[in-house]
Amino acid sequence: MEQLLKNILQNDILVYIVLAALPLLFVLPYALFAVWWERKVSAHMQDRLGPMRVGGWHGWAQTIADIVKLIQKEDIVPAAADKKLHFLAPYAVFIGSYAAFAAIPFSSAYIGSNINLGIFYIVAVSSIVVVGLLMAGWSSNNKWSLFGAMRSAAQIVSYEIPTIISILCVVMIAGTMNLQEINHAQTGWFWNWFVFQKFPFVFIAFIIFFVASLAETNRTPFDIPEAESELVAGYHTEYSGMKFALFFLAEYANMFAVSAIASTLFLGGWNSPFGDFLGGPILGFFWFAAKGMFFVTIQMWLRWTLPRLRVDQLMHVSWKVLTPWAFVCMFAIGLWVMM
Amino acid sequence: MFETTSPISPSTITSSGKTIRTEEMIINMGPQHPSTHGVLRLELVVDGEIVTDVIPHIGYLHRCFEKHSERMANYQQVIPYTDRMDYLASMNMDWGYALAVERLCGIKVNERVEYIRVIMAELQRIGSHLIALGTYGLDVGAFTPFLLMFRDREYILDLFEMTCGARLLYNYIWVGGVSHDLPLNFIQKTKEFCNYFKPNIIECNNLLTYNEIFIKRTANVGILPADVAINYGCSGPMLRGSGINWDLRRDDPYGIYNKFEWDVIVGKGEMGTLGDCWDRYMCRVREMEQSIRIIEQALEQIPEGNVQESIPKRIRPNPGTDIYTRTESPRGELGFYIMSDGTNSPYRVKARSPAFVNLSVLPEICRGYMIADVVAITGSVDIVLGEVDR
Repeated sequence: MEQLLKNILQNDILVYIVLAALPLLFVLPYALFAVWWERKVSAHMQDRLGPMRVGGWHGWAQTIADIVKLIQKEDIVPAAADKKLHFLAPYAVFIGSYAAFAAIPFSSAYIGSNINLGIFYIVAVSSIVVVGLLMAGWSSNNKWSLFGAMRSAAQIVSYEIPTIISILCVVMIAGTMNLQEINHAQTGWFWNWFVFQKFPFVFIAFIIFFVASLAETNRTPFDIPEAESELVAGYHTEYSGMKFALFFLAEYANMFAVSAIASTLFLGGWNSPFGDFLGGPILGFFWFAAKGMFFVTIQMWLRWTLPRLRVDQLMHVSWKVLTPWAFVCMFAIGLWVMM
Repeated sequence: MFETTSPISPSTITSSGKTIRTEEMIINMGPQHPSTHGVLRLELVVDGEIVTDVIPHIGYLHRCFEKHSERMANYQQVIPYTDRMDYLASMNMDWGYALAVERLCGIKVNERVEYIRVIMAELQRIGSHLIALGTYGLDVGAFTPFLLMFRDREYILDLFEMTCGARLLYNYIWVGGVSHDLPLNFIQKTKEFCNYFKPNIIECNNLLTYNEIFIKRTANVGILPADVAINYGCSGPMLRGSGINWDLRRDDPYGIYNKFEWDVIVGKGEMGTLGDCWDRYMCRVREMEQSIRIIEQALEQIPEGNVQESIPKRIRPNPGTDIYTRTESPRGELGFYIMSDGTNSPYRVKARSPAFVNLSVLPEICRGYMIADVVAITGSVDIVLGEVDR
């Protein structure tokens, strides 16, 4: 695709800008859909209808209307805020989420950049999110925002440990950090997926990864950086209009990113569950998106079911429950692979 | 799964044998904060996330209920104001005031009225507890129980609407009776509500009460020892949650509560220490079950009769007479002191509102916990600022 664009555009910089913008073709429609989907999921769980008016069928145009509304909103910056940081923070958060999409294998034919250290790159680049959240909280010059920022830093840094160790479990089995190769290693029927290998250790690692990824994306029960009943809205209390929307876009992008990584590492990625049947690059994209959306839906389900943990309980779960178990899994799988 | 935290000594961090003094910060929770349940401002002194002191500031809503009552043209005209005191339990408020005036003047109401009042007060208690429990879920981050409980409360509001035409401020319980008799189908519809609601309490318990995270957020948090509760004058689920078996419906009877079989619910420290947030929460859940028991018995036994005594249009109690009457509102002991000077309107009205007194214990039970716990503790007090700032 890179060569094709170079031939058409005859300008390297333009080519890379276009290439960098390509995942937006997926992220933006997905975010629109996910916000609507979250509303419908919550509405069904709460015994109500959710959006039903805008656009006709089940209020399908509700999020588009929301975007139009958010664009029109006044961009409020507190007088005592650090204006540059305040402006940059939502972009830093979004960049952290968005950059991860560069290495996500959407199908056997399409991956933004098939780098050998794919999963390592994603883990590294998604850490930028925490910088953005800290910037937002600090620059707002609001005590509640600062609490949210500090909480998010503590939370995301803590939960990266079990996340990475559970990822290492898969890397050890596959013997590579290249995400396409990890996908190829799971080709065949669904029992070839890593989640069913080296039972039960990879399965436990998968659970650890999923729980930790909830915390990485600030989703309930780990949504303490923005805990609305405690911190008003945490790090984004002082954001309005499109900047606020950008935080949400980043959150939804992040939700899909971690779901995509979960399905790539543990559930065969773009592989069909039935071997070659219904396989191929195009259907591969379907399987990949379906698995990703499945985990996104589970994240929504949890959000509308569970209460929120307290900050010390959150740390307890990370350091005293998930991390030791992740080490146990890594150690056991390491021994298994060596034997 | 989690360790429970006990209040820890603030302002000091012990690191490798050294004690470092940290700086405290003052932050304002409210009056527009999402968890202060109305116009309450809590001034928090925090050391990191640990709260070292809480100072509640009230008075943003003050609407001079007592002064207004003393300026009314007659005693009956106070009822719309009592409606507005605790807008989540207007029926209980009205009954408390009407009872005080009736006792002051020696008015005895018909037995049918007593039954109607009990039914209304207990329906209202359920409605009020539903809001208390739902918003409590919201305080600890669970949104869905909040909407499910509002769904159930709608049924109660429908029943009130068919009775008196209003959904929030009823002006239904009057001095000497009630404004209208029960409408057709009311008894049938209320029985249907009872049958509908009973399984929903189980649903609420499954979704929230026995949720592991919820228990860890509320058990062993905001412990109110029985002696502190008594010393501060706490009442209602606040007091009973601390294990004190005291309910005015049974212990200082009014109305016809002694005709029914029901139990006073007290906290037992099931999930943690006696008198913690979970105990107070659970008291309310179980009180709803008892209210259903009372309502079902009242619906079976309700007699026919007049719903309004023929009392003078202008009530004039003897000069110098006064009375203090107390009733059990959903939030605790609601008292009205009324003094007459022999004119059409009361010379002095003083309301003893339970939420005001319950709120005063907040600093005592918040110190040493975290900010998230302050939200949980404030929610467990179940305040209605209309009643606090009368």
